[in-house]
Amino acid sequence: MPDNTAAKTAQPGAAARVLSGTHFMLGDHACAEGALAAGVDFFAGYPITPSTEIAEHLARRLPDVGGRFVQMEDELGSMAAIIGASAAGARSLTATSGPGFSLMMESIGLAAMMEIPCVVANVQRASPSTGLPTMVGQSDILQARWGSHGDYGVIAYCPESPQECFDLTVRAFNAADQYRVPVFILMDEVVGHMAERVVIPDATDVPFVPRKGPESAPDGDPFYCYAADEDLVPRIAHAGDGYKVHMTGLTHDERGYPALDAETHDQLINRLVDKIRMNAADIEMHDEIDLDDAETVVISLGCTARSARHAVNEARADGISCGFLRLITVWPFPEKRIRELVAKGNVKRFVVPEINLGQLRREVERLTQLPVLRLNHAGGAMPEPEKILELIRI
Amino acid sequence: MRTEVRFSGVGGQGIVLAGRLLGKAAALFDGKHAVCTQSYGPEARGGASRADVVISDAPVDYPFVRDTDVLVVFFQEAYAKFQPSLKPGSMLILESDLVQHVDGEENYFGLPATRIAGELGSQLATNVVMLGYLIGKTNIVSRESAEESIRATVKESAVDLDLQALAAGIQRAKDDEA
Repeated sequence: MPDNTAAKTAQPGAAARVLSGTHFMLGDHACAEGALAAGVDFFAGYPITPSTEIAEHLARRLPDVGGRFVQMEDELGSMAAIIGASAAGARSLTATSGPGFSLMMESIGLAAMMEIPCVVANVQRASPSTGLPTMVGQSDILQARWGSHGDYGVIAYCPESPQECFDLTVRAFNAADQYRVPVFILMDEVVGHMAERVVIPDATDVPFVPRKGPESAPDGDPFYCYAADEDLVPRIAHAGDGYKVHMTGLTHDERGYPALDAETHDQLINRLVDKIRMNAADIEMHDEIDLDDAETVVISLGCTARSARHAVNEARADGISCGFLRLITVWPFPEKRIRELVAKGNVKRFVVPEINLGQLRREVERLTQLPVLRLNHAGGAMPEPEKILELIRI
Repeated sequence: MRTEVRFSGVGGQGIVLAGRLLGKAAALFDGKHAVCTQSYGPEARGGASRADVVISDAPVDYPFVRDTDVLVVFFQEAYAKFQPSLKPGSMLILESDLVQHVDGEENYFGLPATRIAGELGSQLATNVVMLGYLIGKTNIVSRESAEESIRATVKESAVDLDLQALAAGIQRAKDDEA
């Protein structure tokens, strides 16, 4: 039997940061609760369907636990505000959907360049432009990776359920602080607007990865704010800590001062990309069903993965050799695992259902010469299991 | 065993709350798996509103209603929209003051839930009267679980009214059996 004791959601005045217990909760609210459990101090955002419930929930909850909620004038301001708050040491979040995500891209590049940890929840709807505001899409996958100009690394999680909205939001904050990158929670409308059982652990069981601070005191040895450690991540000193730091979107040296030469630029940008690439084994997450002997491998993420899992299980029940690779992080992409599967030789083809016109498929095709069957919908509806099953049966 | 329930009406009738109450009763208090999804048409009060609840003994993969087992309709427009999706054997529950049904429909039940809620003190509880009727007819969740779900969800001042509304709906279903 589920634990009924804590089934009640936020009560006025209760002001607990971590709502430990079992809940029946919307994905958007679970994302907000995940942020609270992870210790979010600051939210700045501009409400947009289907992410609005994240902002609403935090507007109600954050002030009660000592945090700050700011409704900004737009998404440009929202992104800039969370970068500023994070540079002052706050765990910071914004939430948006495609149109707002596009507006945030400029400052997302700034966060990547200045290595300011921040978390952006993008509850995807059918796009481009304002598209279908209340209906599902998964077409911001490549934008999440490449949306701001230039080369940089990011991390993006793709929850398939309200439980994962909670769990992966906690993880997103830790990853942002550990690697000093923008981290995306790439939700979709179906998952954001779906209520399901969510188990929130005791506060002491919520993982917490602190930022790496300077090793010396502010008046001690000189502190180089962009001198990277072995993990390629520099230590961070926050505004107000007393250290002399300089932050800029211009190419900079280890002191943070502009250094406008090709050599410094090449080193810096390679490090920004490599700190994710080299640590990909620790960051990347996926789920598998019966991949070891599968001839057909279905690859999917987010809400689509729910239909895909159903189809794979049905196919296997019918004796079809079929496995499932569910991406929990889409970035970094599980390249190693897919290459392994291809190299093993038993896989004959891949099947990639998705709510866009082939963004995930393109990544898979990059890694294999094998046929990659597609099931695309431009947005507004998630694929039904039977459609995926039909492809598996071909 | 997968059971699919669709609540439909217009924004402001508590459609989504009815779905959440049912889903929560199943998922937290009846030990089942349940998913509640919602749509809100033109995003405003007065627009079409729908909540789908899928309850199952196994984890629910596809979260939407496709083979409607029970359609609960609060408004004429919603009836027109979803009536064609009924399959043989589907149960139909209507707000009989607000929805005119097609003659000869099988497995059809109606109750003036808005009036019943009004007599209890507030038409705001219409959704819970309908929920009570659904539970009385189908036992899809236990009465105790529905009561727990109400206590765990609605604000303190509405708990008594909603518990009464639930009881009135269940009673009405029993009376109809007799």
